[in-house]
Amino acid sequence: MASGVKPRVKVPKKAAAGETITIKTLISHKMESGQRKDSDGNVIPRSIINRFTADFNGQNVIDVTLEPAISTNPYFQFEAVVPESGEFTFTWYDDDGDVYDTSKKIAVS
Amino acid sequence: MKLTRRNLLIFSSAGVAATAMGSLPAFASLTDDAIAALTGGADMGTGVITITAPEIAENGNTVPIGVDAPGAESITLFADGNPVPAVATFAFGPLAASNAASTRIRLATTQNVIAVAKMQDGSFQMAKANVKVTIGGCGG
Repeated sequence: MASGVKPRVKVPKKAAAGETITIKTLISHKMESGQRKDSDGNVIPRSIINRFTADFNGQNVIDVTLEPAISTNPYFQFEAVVPESGEFTFTWYDDDGDVYDTSKKIAVS
Repeated sequence: MKLTRRNLLIFSSAGVAATAMGSLPAFASLTDDAIAALTGGADMGTGVITITAPEIAENGNTVPIGVDAPGAESITLFADGNPVPAVATFAFGPLAASNAASTRIRLATTQNVIAVAKMQDGSFQMAKANVKVTIGGCGG
C-alpha cells in the first residue's frame, strides 16, 4: 500500500542537554492483518508495516518490530535523551518493500 | 449502592470474566510456545514490568497499551487470545531515556496481554494484564 501513507511526528523544538523528551509518532496505514476475508470469502493478503526505527544523529533510540496485531495507523510514544542539537530520523518499513521516512530537528541549549 | 439493573449487569459480567481468567483460552499454548522460543525456556521473574492497559476496551481494534520495564534491553508483547499471539517487540537503543513505550493494538477477544522483557543482564521478566474487550463497541 503505497498510497495515502503519511507519517506524522511530534518532537519538541528545543530541549536542555540531557533532558528526557517524549516523542509521539503516527503513520497512516491500513495494517491489513491477513486474517480478514472479503465479501467472497477470500483472505485479504497481509500488508503491514513490519518495522519502525527512530534514530538521533545516527544513534538508535528505539527499534520496533510490528506484527499484524498492531492497530491501523500505528502509533508509538516513547522517550529519548538528546545530548546535543541534531536531527531525529524516523523510518517505517512496509511489507511491500516501501520505506517511509521523516526527520525532525531539535535545538539543544 | 442501589441494586439497579445496570449494576447487576456490571457485577455479573465481572463474575464471568473472573471465571474466564481461571481457565486459559485455547490459544494459550501458542503463546507459551512463542514465549519459550523467545526466552529459550529460561525462568522468568516478575515485578519489574508495568503494563498500562484499560480494564475494559470497548473497541478491540485499537486498544491503548503502555509498557514500562526499567533496565530492559527489549520488551516483547503477546496477546494470548489472538490468532497470532505476537504483537510487537520494542528494542531500546543507547539514546532511549526510559525503557517504556506506548502503542495501540488489536485484541480479538477478552484476554491477557503479556509482556516479556529481556533484561540487560540476560535474564527475563514477565507481566500480565487482563483486558476485557467489548466487541463492536456496543458499551454493554
